[in-house]
Amino acid sequence: MTQAAIRPDASEPMITMSGVGKWFGAFQALHNIDMTVGKGEKIVLCGPSGSGKSTLIRCINHLESYQQGEIHVGGILLGHASKTIDAVRREVGMVFQQFNLFPHLSVLQNCMLAPMRSLGLSKAEAEECARLLLDRVKISEQAEKYPAQLSGGQQQRVAIARALCMRPKVMLFDEPTSALDPEMVKEVLDTMIALAEEGMTMICVTHEMGFARQVADRVVFMASGAIVEEAPPAEFFSNPRHERTRKFLGEILGRH
Amino acid sequence: MNYTMDFTPVIDGLPNLLAACLGTFTLAICGMLLATVIGIGGVVLRQSPIKFLRWLVIGFVELIRNTPFLVQIFFIYFALPLAGIRLDPTPTAIIALGINGGAYAIEIIRGGVQSIPKGQMEAGLALGLHKAQVFRLIILKPALRAIYPSLTSQFVLLTLSTSIASAISAYELTSVSQRIESESFRSFEVYFTVTAFYLVISWVMMRIFALFSSRYFSYPVK
Amino acid sequence: MGREEFVFLLMGLKWTVALSAVAFVCGSIAGLVVALARTCGIAAVERIMAAYIAVFQGTPLLMQLFVVYYGLALVGIKMDAWAAVSLGLTLHASAYLGEIWRGAIEAVPKGQTEAAKALSLGYVSRMKDVLLPQALRISLPATIGFLVQLIKGTSLASIVGFTELTRAGNIISNQIFQPLTVFSVVGALYFLMCCPLTIYGAHLERRFAATSRS
Ligand SMILES: Nc1ncnc2c1ncn2[C@@H]1O[C@H](COP(=O)(O)OP(=O)(O)OP(=O)(O)O)[C@@H](O)[C@H]1O
Ligand SMILES: [Mg+2]
Repeated sequence: MTQAAIRPDASEPMITMSGVGKWFGAFQALHNIDMTVGKGEKIVLCGPSGSGKSTLIRCINHLESYQQGEIHVGGILLGHASKTIDAVRREVGMVFQQFNLFPHLSVLQNCMLAPMRSLGLSKAEAEECARLLLDRVKISEQAEKYPAQLSGGQQQRVAIARALCMRPKVMLFDEPTSALDPEMVKEVLDTMIALAEEGMTMICVTHEMGFARQVADRVVFMASGAIVEEAPPAEFFSNPRHERTRKFLGEILGRH
Repeated sequence: MNYTMDFTPVIDGLPNLLAACLGTFTLAICGMLLATVIGIGGVVLRQSPIKFLRWLVIGFVELIRNTPFLVQIFFIYFALPLAGIRLDPTPTAIIALGINGGAYAIEIIRGGVQSIPKGQMEAGLALGLHKAQVFRLIILKPALRAIYPSLTSQFVLLTLSTSIASAISAYELTSVSQRIESESFRSFEVYFTVTAFYLVISWVMMRIFALFSSRYFSYPVK
Repeated sequence: MGREEFVFLLMGLKWTVALSAVAFVCGSIAGLVVALARTCGIAAVERIMAAYIAVFQGTPLLMQLFVVYYGLALVGIKMDAWAAVSLGLTLHASAYLGEIWRGAIEAVPKGQTEAAKALSLGYVSRMKDVLLPQALRISLPATIGFLVQLIKGTSLASIVGFTELTRAGNIISNQIFQPLTVFSVVGALYFLMCCPLTIYGAHLERRFAATSRS
């Protein structure tokens, strides 16, 4: 694949959030979020704990409802009617910090469930697709095992394959490596990098700054439920504009 | 001590007693089914957004758990006709067993559903499944597995409490044994034998439950 | 239902309380023995105790009361209904409490026994000073849960002919032909006895869960 083919295409936005506000009861978790993600663009979202990163990406597939503003995903306005929510969820894959594999289903069955039940694929089609994607995350030998028999890194790669089986246009990652032992972080990041190189639109909440440098088109920094600053990684790391960003980077980079 | 044991009336009554064992099984199994239905329905109502319904379920559970089954069965026995429902003692006993077991089942099933991490529901929704699909395909089996030991031991207790249905002369093992006892006056012999029958019945129940569990819940967990 | 009838029910209530108390206290003592024997490390004893527990947990309480009641008469011990149901309920309680406490003793981390042995504590002190205090704490919610079950179980004494609360209710209801009123009152009296215990047990369980999490 040539560089040009995978350049993000800002003229064709995949996700637009405009003026999004989100409340948990009286507590406002998101303030007036404006963000556009182009097709094929990779965003790394970072910020201190409790700043609203998870809440933001969970609004994109409506695991959280929002009370203000608008979210469009792949041209669909994400309303609160179940029809548009379904449509959006079919386009958006999500990978969680805690993997959330289904313990009573084998790796293969985990990957086949949603394509069969939600997209209406036949069993044979779903299995073919699942094996292909398990192969792509380099875990095809484990297809018949159950989640409890895999390491954390393997589980997370299965979770990525499971999400990809829905042929999503967008992938959301919520701290996919922070529940992993250090030696397994790399295998998951490598999988994500490979996915990025294929041109997937991605939003990743992560504190892996090496990954951000290598993959991100933009780094978005949040604090207290608002976007404070966004910039390409080179600029973001070398020349942060806001005091809070500098303080955050100082903490996170100093720690490593 | 110059009493000689005489098991003749027991042996003569054996066909009746064995038939009555079937009666006990019938009561137990129908009671369990009704209890399961009430349990699932109760859990759904217990999570309803309507406060009144939630409190109704809580009140029902506490009322049943804090009063004796014998009193409940008397109450139902006398209350049903007043509500215009005429039933034989055996169906009445099934209703009482179902109501009693249902209250316990509500608490047990609720605990099972709560024991499933929230992430499972979210992962299912994120994959584009509907809430009902997520519940049926993803939550149900692990939840059942989590509650299986407590639910089945509750069901064994339910099986044993079928003997209390003899108080309203439902057709089951205890009432039949009481009849044989009152005709023969061989009280100890009759009740001793019947106690052994119950031991076998509850053992069979537990074996069936265990067999089912090893078939159905055989996936590994950490 | 008049005042007189209500007083009669309260007399029955008194016997229900007495029966519950006797069965719980005696059952606790016997249950402790069962639990200790069940965990004593001698395989034969442990198996006998396991069988004892299995018999009581695998048969209806009503049958246990019948067998004790008629069994005693048979060996020539003339006992009134009160003594017979007390004994029956005590045996019943000893098996259930024994099983609850066995579980609790085994739930105390192994390191506790090892530490006690390393400090050269003997069996008695190991149990009395180290294991049992912790086991009792662990088992408190389940023990209270069983007490509620026992109080409700005393109602079966009525079938054997002992006049406690439920039988008092039966008698009154046959006199005044208002079974629903009478059994509502009877149920309410049981509820007033059991509900505080249930609430206390749930409270302990929550507190225990909270402290073991932190
Ligand atoms: N279900 C909820 N109910 C109430 N408040 C919530 C809920 N979920 C999140 N919050 C609050 O919203 C704010 C943002 O939470 P969020 O999980 O999005 O933060 P985060 O940036 O992902 O943090 P972390 O790095 O710890 O994951 C926090 O203050 C949190 O306490
Ligand atoms: Mg988060």
